[in-house]
Amino acid sequence: MSTKLNTSLFNKKILFQAAKESFIKLNPTLQIKNPVIFIVAIGAVLTTIIVLTGLLQGNFSSFNLQIAIWLWFTVLFANFAEAVAEGRGKAQAESLRKNRTQTIARKIQGKQEVSVNATELRKGDIVRCLAGDVIPSDGEIIEGIASVDESAITGESAPVIRESGGDRSAVTGGTKVISDWILIRITTEPGNTFIDRMIALVEGAKRQKTPNEIALSILLSGLTIIFLLVVVTLPAFFGYSLSASGLPMSHNLTIPVLIALLVCLIPTTIGGLLSAIGISGMDRLIQRNVIATSGRAIEAAGDVDVLLLDKTGTITLGNRMATDFIPAEGVTTEELANAAQLSSLSDETPEGRSIVILAKEKFNIRGREVHQLNATFIPFTAQSRMSGVDLKTDDKTVHKIRKGSSEAIRTFIQNNNGFYPQEIQNIVSELARQGATPLVVAEDKKVMGVIHLKDIVKGGIKHRFAELRKMGIKTVMITGDNALTAAAIAAEAGVDDFMAEAKPEDKLRRIRDEQANGHLVGMIGDGTNDAPALAQADVGLAMNTGTQAAREAGNMVDLDSNPTKLIEVVEVGKQLLMTRGSLTTFSIANDVAKYFAIIPAIAISLYSGKNGVGPLSAMNVMHLVSPQSAILSAVIFNAIIIVLLIPLALKGVRYKPVSANAALTRNLLMFGLGGIIAPFIGIKLIDILINL
Amino acid sequence: MTTQDVIQVILYFALLIGLTPILGNYMFKVFSGQKHFMLPVLGWLEKLTYKITGVDSGEETNWKSYTFGLIMFSFIGFVFVYLIQVFQAHLPLNPANLPNVSWHSAFNTSVSFMTNTNWQGYAGETTLSYFVQMIGLTVQNFVSAAAGIAVLLALIRGIARKTTDKLGNFWVDLTRSTLYLLLPLSILFALVLVGQGVVQNFKHYETVQTLQGAQQVIPMGPAASQIAIKQLGTNGGGFFNANSAHPFENPTPFSNFLEMLAILLIPAALTFTYGKMVGSKRQGWTIFSAMLILLIAGLSISLYAEYSTNPIFGHFHLMEGKETRFGITNSILWATATTSASNGSVNAMHDSLSPIAGMIAMVNLMLGEIIFGGVGSGLYGMVIFIIITVFIAGLMVGRTPEYLGKKIEAFEVQMAIIAILLPNLVIQLFSAWASVSNVGLSSLNNAGPHGFSEILYAYSSAAGNNGSAFAGLNANTVFYNLTIGIGMLIGRFGVIIPVMAIAGSMVKKKITPLSAGTFRTDNGLFIGLLIAVILIVGGLTHFPALALGPVVEHLLMNSGITF
Repeated sequence: MSTKLNTSLFNKKILFQAAKESFIKLNPTLQIKNPVIFIVAIGAVLTTIIVLTGLLQGNFSSFNLQIAIWLWFTVLFANFAEAVAEGRGKAQAESLRKNRTQTIARKIQGKQEVSVNATELRKGDIVRCLAGDVIPSDGEIIEGIASVDESAITGESAPVIRESGGDRSAVTGGTKVISDWILIRITTEPGNTFIDRMIALVEGAKRQKTPNEIALSILLSGLTIIFLLVVVTLPAFFGYSLSASGLPMSHNLTIPVLIALLVCLIPTTIGGLLSAIGISGMDRLIQRNVIATSGRAIEAAGDVDVLLLDKTGTITLGNRMATDFIPAEGVTTEELANAAQLSSLSDETPEGRSIVILAKEKFNIRGREVHQLNATFIPFTAQSRMSGVDLKTDDKTVHKIRKGSSEAIRTFIQNNNGFYPQEIQNIVSELARQGATPLVVAEDKKVMGVIHLKDIVKGGIKHRFAELRKMGIKTVMITGDNALTAAAIAAEAGVDDFMAEAKPEDKLRRIRDEQANGHLVGMIGDGTNDAPALAQADVGLAMNTGTQAAREAGNMVDLDSNPTKLIEVVEVGKQLLMTRGSLTTFSIANDVAKYFAIIPAIAISLYSGKNGVGPLSAMNVMHLVSPQSAILSAVIFNAIIIVLLIPLALKGVRYKPVSANAALTRNLLMFGLGGIIAPFIGIKLIDILINL
Repeated sequence: MTTQDVIQVILYFALLIGLTPILGNYMFKVFSGQKHFMLPVLGWLEKLTYKITGVDSGEETNWKSYTFGLIMFSFIGFVFVYLIQVFQAHLPLNPANLPNVSWHSAFNTSVSFMTNTNWQGYAGETTLSYFVQMIGLTVQNFVSAAAGIAVLLALIRGIARKTTDKLGNFWVDLTRSTLYLLLPLSILFALVLVGQGVVQNFKHYETVQTLQGAQQVIPMGPAASQIAIKQLGTNGGGFFNANSAHPFENPTPFSNFLEMLAILLIPAALTFTYGKMVGSKRQGWTIFSAMLILLIAGLSISLYAEYSTNPIFGHFHLMEGKETRFGITNSILWATATTSASNGSVNAMHDSLSPIAGMIAMVNLMLGEIIFGGVGSGLYGMVIFIIITVFIAGLMVGRTPEYLGKKIEAFEVQMAIIAILLPNLVIQLFSAWASVSNVGLSSLNNAGPHGFSEILYAYSSAAGNNGSAFAGLNANTVFYNLTIGIGMLIGRFGVIIPVMAIAGSMVKKKITPLSAGTFRTDNGLFIGLLIAVILIVGGLTHFPALALGPVVEHLLMNSGITF
C-alpha cells in the first residue's frame, strides 16, 4: 500500500473528477461552509443577474460580463482546490475498499462454530481464523499464533507473526491469516474498524475543522466583514466626492465594480485553499503510512515540544553488536577472536552473528562449516546463561569454549578448577560503566578475554536530534537500562534527557509533569502497558504491530511500526501550520497592490479637468491601460493565483528543520514580501495581455 | 527646519526614552503592590478610600466582575456629569452665569470625558461653569485615565498569570493609579505650569480695554489643574476653546515642551511597566520601539509635507492656523504626539495642516490610537494588534501561535477581530452617513475633499477616543453630538470588553516554556512584522477613504487647487 498510497500529485483521473466536483460544490448548502468563497459566489450571482437584466434592457455591458465570468472562476477554482485534495484521498479510499471484501467469519458460539457475516460481529464476539481466512474485524488474539499478511493496510508484503499474549496480539480486519490458526476476540463494533476509519479519514468525510483552522476561519471572516464595510460605505464617500467635483450621481460606482473590489480585498486566496491545505496535511501523513484519528492530532504534532522516545528501536538498533575483543593477559587478540567466533558459530542471535562478523572483519577469520569441525554446539539456556561449542580434537580430547555473562563464566571456570583473574573483572566493570554489555569468553579453564557488545546508536540519529533541538523540541530517551548505561547511550545519541529503569507508570508520570509545565508531549508505544501514557500524551503514536489497547489509546497509528516515524509526524504537523500561515500572509499582503490597481481606476474622473483624468490617476503606479482593464486584471489575478497555489497547498511549503526565527524570516520574505510584490507584477502582466 | 528645531525634537525623544524606565519602574511597583516612596505619604489615603467605599483590597475577581465594576463606575460618572451640565445654572461656581447645557451637548460631553476622549463639541469658556469643569470634567480626566490603566493591568495579569481566573481588583487598580500616579504627577505639573503663567483662579471673566480701544472679555478660571491632567491622562479637553493654543493654557516655549512631553509620558512608560510585569523588559522595549518607529515615521512625513515648497504660495511655511509663537516644528510635533496618543489637545489647528500632515494625524487616529495611545488604552489596543500579528505570523513557524507562552486560539482571535472591527464600523458607517445626509453636510465649513476630511477626522477621533478635531466642522448639532457620542462609546467599550474577555481567557491558560521553536516576540523582526500588520490590517481599511480625502486634496493642491 505504501506504493499504492503514493498517488501522484496530479493524475488525469483525479483532475477530471475534481473539475466535475467543483461544479457540484456550487450547491449553496456546501458552498456556505466556506464563508469567504460564499461571499464571492453571492457576488458572482449578483453580477450575473445585472448582466442578464442589462441584456434584456438592451444595455449589455461586456465589462460586467467579464467580471461575472471571472468571479465564477474564482469560486470554481476554490472548489477545484478542495476537490483535488479530496480526490487524492478518495483514490486511496478506493484501493482500501477493495481489500474489505465480504467476509464470512467462523464465530464461536458455546462450543460450536457458526458462519456469520463479518458485519454482524459485535464487540466481544470470539471468532476462529484458519490459514487462508481474511480476518473479519479488528480484534485481539486470545489463543494461538499465526503469520498474517497485513499488506492490505501496511503495504508491506512480508507476513508478520501475531500471537496471543505479549505485545503483538492485535489483528486488523481485512488482513489475511497465512499459516496456523488463531482465536480472536473482536474489539470493535462494525463500521468502526481500523479500515473503516482509515477510509473515512482519507475521504475527508468526517473531516472536522481543527482548532487552528477554526481560529483562522474566524480571522478570515473578520477581515471579510471589515472589507465588506469598506465597500458598502464607499458609494457614500464617492457620492460626496462626485458632488464636490460637480459630476452627476449617475457616475457613482456600479455594483459589479464594488463586488470586484470586495472580492479582491477579502482573503480569497487562503479562503479558497484552506480546506485543501488541511486535507493534504492528512494526506501527507498517510503517505508516510501513519493514520491519525483526527486533524487535531496532526496539528498537535506541530506543537509538540517534548518527545519521549524508547531507546531500543528508536535511538539504538534493536540489538547489541560486538565492537571489540579485549584479550586476557597472555592471550593474543586473534586467539580471543578465534575462540569467540567458534563459540558463536551456531548462535543465530544478532549478537552472535555480530561476533562472527567482527572476527571476520578484524582478523579475516572465516566462518567455518559447522559439520567439518566435529563439534557439538551448546545453545544458550536460561539456567547456564552461556552458549558455546565442544570441539573434539583428533586426540579425542574435548575443548570446551564458552561465552556468557561474567558470573556464568566465573562459575564455569571455577567448576573446571580454573582461575578467574581480577583483571578480567576490572574490564567487565569498566565496560558496564560505559553502557556496554561485556561477554566473557573462556576455553576450558582459561579465561580468553572479553567481547565488547555495544548498543549501536542508529546512523544519523544524532543529527536528527540536533535538528529537533534547533526546532525547539526536547528529546527524552526512555530505557529499562540502569542509569550508567542509559547516561552513556544518551550522551552518544545526543538526546537532551533520559529516564533510566523506566516503568510504564514512570512514562505516564513524566508526561503529566511535562504537561503541567506547559509542554506538549509526543510519544510512541506498542504495549498494553503503554496505553495510559499514549492516551495522556498530546500525540500518541501507536505501532501497528502493537496491542489493540495501544492502538486504541494513541491518536495515531504507524503502519510501518517504525519508531523514528514520530519525528516525521512532527514535521508534517509543522509543515501544515506553516503552509496555512504563509498563504494567509500572502493573501493579506496581496491587498496592497490590488488597492493600487482599483482605487485609481474607479476614482479617475473625480476632480478632473476637461480631459476627464483626475488627480488620483497619479496613484496608478502600475500604469494600467484603462480603468476597466485595471479592475479586470485585479479580478483575474485574484482568481488565477488560487489555481497557481494549489500545488503549494497540497505539497505544503518547503520544510526545513530550523529554528522558529529562521523559518519565520524565510517564510516572511517569500510570502510576506513576495505577497506584496507578486500581485504588482501579476496584475501588470495580465493588463498587458488583455490589452494586446 | 532650524538647528534649534532639530535639537528640540531630539531632546524630546531623548527625554521620552530616558523617562520611560524611571516612571515605568515606579508604576510597576505601584501596580504590583510593592513598596514605593509614595506609600508613606499617601498610603493612609488609600486605606481610607477602601474603608469609606467598603472595598476589600485583598479580594481579586474574574474578568466579568472586573469589567462589570468598570462599566458601572463609568456609567455613574456619565450620569453625574450629564446632570450637573443640564442643571449648571442652578449650581455654584458659575460666575459668568452660563445657562444650562442642551441635552445633546451634555450627552456628548459626558460620554466624551467618561471615555477619556475629551471631544469638545462646545467652547469651554462660553458653555461650562467652573463647577462643571472642576467637579465634572477634571474628576473624569483622572478616573477615565485610571480606568484605562486598570483595563491594561487586568490584561497584563491575564498574560502573566497562569491557570487561574483572577485578574485583580478593579477598585484597587483604579485607586492606586489615581492616587499614586495621576494625582502626584498632576499636582507637580500644575505647579510648574502656574510658574510658567497658566491661570489658576476662580475670578470673574475680566473685561479689558484693548490698545485699539475695543472691549475684550478675558476668560479666567482654574485652568492649570485641568491642563496638567488633560496632558498627563491623554484626555486633551482644553479649559478654553483654543486648547493649548491659548496663552493662558500654554504660555511659554517651556510650558509647550513640557505639555508635549506629558502627552506621551505615561503611555510610553507603561510599556516598561508591561515588560516588567510580564517578566521580560525586552518585551516592553519591543512594543516601545514599534510605537516609536511609527511615531517618528509619521512625524517625519508630516514635517516633510509642511516644509515642502508650497506650489501655490511658493514659500515654505504655511503659518495659518499653526502655533505662531512656537513655530511649525512645535505645531507638528504636538499634532503627531496628540493624535498618536489619543490625547487630543492641540496647540495648532489640525484643519490647517497640509493635506499629508492632516492625513498622518488621521491615520494615527484610525489605527486605533495605539502609537503610545491613551494611558492604558494605547497599550491594550496594541496588544490586540500583537495578538493578530502573532496569530498570522506565528503559524509560519509551524506551531499553534503563542504570545508570551499563552496559546492564541479561536476565542482570542475572535475577540481581537471584534476589537478592531467595532471602531472601524464607527468611522466607516457614520462618515458615510454624514457625507451623504443634509444634517451631516450642513455643518461643513469647507468644500471638496477637505470637507470630507473634516467628517472623516471627526469620527476617527471619536472611534479612537482621541478628542481632537479637524476644526472647521460645526459639531455642536444634534446629529453630530449624538453620532459622535455613540462613536466614542463604541470606541471605548467596544474595545475594552473584548480586551477583558481576552484577559479572562488567557489567564486560565498554561504557559508554554520558551524554546528555539518559540516564535520570538522580542526582536527586530517582530517589530517590523507588527508594524506591517498594523499598517495593513489596521490601515488598509481606510485606504479608499483617505484617497478621497487628504490624498486627492494633496494632489489637487500640487496642481494649484485648494479648498
